[in-house]
Amino acid sequence: MANTDITSKTMDGMGPHGTKVGLLRVLGPAHVWALGVGIVLVGEYMGWNFAVGKGGAYAALIACWFAGILYSCVAMIDSEVTSTVAAAGGQYTQAKHIVGPLMAFNVGLYLVFAYTMLEAANAITLGYLITVAADMTGAVEPVSDRPFIVLAIMFLAWLNYRGVLATLTFNLVITAFAFVAILVLFFASAPWSDGTMMAHADLMSGQAALPYGWLGVLAAMHFGLWFYLGIEGTTQAAEEVRSPARALPFGTLAGIMTLLIAATLTWYVCVGYLPWEYLGDGVDGAVAPLFSAAQLTGSTALVVILGFGTLFATLASANGCINDASRAWFSMGRDHYLPQWFGAVHPTYRTPYRAIIFLVPIALIFALGAPLDQVITFSILSGLLGYTFMPINVILFRRKWPLDTIKRGYEHPFHPIPAILLICLCAVTYFAVFLGYGTQLIAMVSFYIVVSLWFHFWRYRFVKRADQFTMPWPKPRGY
Amino acid sequence: MWPLIETGAWVLSALFALHMLWDWYRTDTTYSEDVLTSSREGEIEAMTEQHKLNG
Repeated sequence: MANTDITSKTMDGMGPHGTKVGLLRVLGPAHVWALGVGIVLVGEYMGWNFAVGKGGAYAALIACWFAGILYSCVAMIDSEVTSTVAAAGGQYTQAKHIVGPLMAFNVGLYLVFAYTMLEAANAITLGYLITVAADMTGAVEPVSDRPFIVLAIMFLAWLNYRGVLATLTFNLVITAFAFVAILVLFFASAPWSDGTMMAHADLMSGQAALPYGWLGVLAAMHFGLWFYLGIEGTTQAAEEVRSPARALPFGTLAGIMTLLIAATLTWYVCVGYLPWEYLGDGVDGAVAPLFSAAQLTGSTALVVILGFGTLFATLASANGCINDASRAWFSMGRDHYLPQWFGAVHPTYRTPYRAIIFLVPIALIFALGAPLDQVITFSILSGLLGYTFMPINVILFRRKWPLDTIKRGYEHPFHPIPAILLICLCAVTYFAVFLGYGTQLIAMVSFYIVVSLWFHFWRYRFVKRADQFTMPWPKPRGY
Repeated sequence: MWPLIETGAWVLSALFALHMLWDWYRTDTTYSEDVLTSSREGEIEAMTEQHKLNG
């Protein structure tokens, strides 16, 4: 049984098992919240409205709430498992301990791809926003987005390189601003007042209610994920929070509650201001629907607040993605699933500095060389594969280590209903994704099959099998 | 003004990149690989607490 208190002053930042330089335990629940919500909130500012284009305003609301149930299950399951697996790597480390090496290798890659692609997509969006700002301020010549894409990735990578506390405190400030901006727009629109400019009754009646029927609702499910995609990233902070058993469940569950509120308010405000045909066209119509809604209010203050909200949400998401992708890559290196060289920690800044630097050119290649919709689709597909793993993971976890064998920081209720619900919702979402992006789905699954074969037949020989299981858990039941 | 801002963005990007590369080189040449890659997984706080409770 464990007798080492890593949170004590003498052990601050120094892990057990011979660690000389480890990640620093400096984060609190607010940082966990900022990491999870920060990655996601950009989905409220842009992207979710493609769901309106697929099936109309009501379809987008149904997708929003169904995806909300899916992600509530994700948050609850993640909170329980990660409160006992207090190590960087998040779901990768969970898979390693609970399922097995091949699953862990795949889950690690899902995480790195999902976050690195999302980081690239955020950088592309940020570059686009700067060019829009240039147009609005009367730039005489077209402004290139490339220097701003590169600057966003370089600055955030540098921030991550220099230390996790500053990185996630920065995320906390800009994420809180972006969330409050949504609340400000909602209250400034005064939906309870007779004089409100929102016109739900006019914009959502007749043909506009469900323009493509129930098939449209199914198709909208794919983009419903945007409201919450990435909340599971809170688990990557597990090795850097002062109190993992408390901070991780608290930060994750507060995060999903924040997102449920933000998603519903975003939907309500946007469909009240914008016709569904315009709102649902995220390319030529409402690229940033909350910003478009603010413009329709005629208030300069709201336009400025929502403009900065959009910018900050994008920046926070990219920042959180760099943090999470690097922790997953670092953990795989530390366990020899990848070259151990990636498992290095900076002796001064206590960050996985080689993993951070290695992922910079990959993000740049995708941000500068790939179309936005393809980048986002590959990110969502990798995320979806990760969500499919979670219910299997938690069912095995409860079976191998029942509640009386390992003390959890949080025990999720109604087990196994959330796991079964999550599997069913994943199946529906796979079908919805297949309708729109079948080729990409097949290409992605083929890629993971090929790298799984490479891992099984080649890479696994380098893994030191005993060294990778350092958690002082009792033997699993039945073994 | 915007051409100047674009140039500024390139310069800042280069500075951030160079700082990381320089620090990376300095760190890798100052510390041994054993120290840099000595990190292992952490402790389970909940279990530590349970252990303390159990005496």
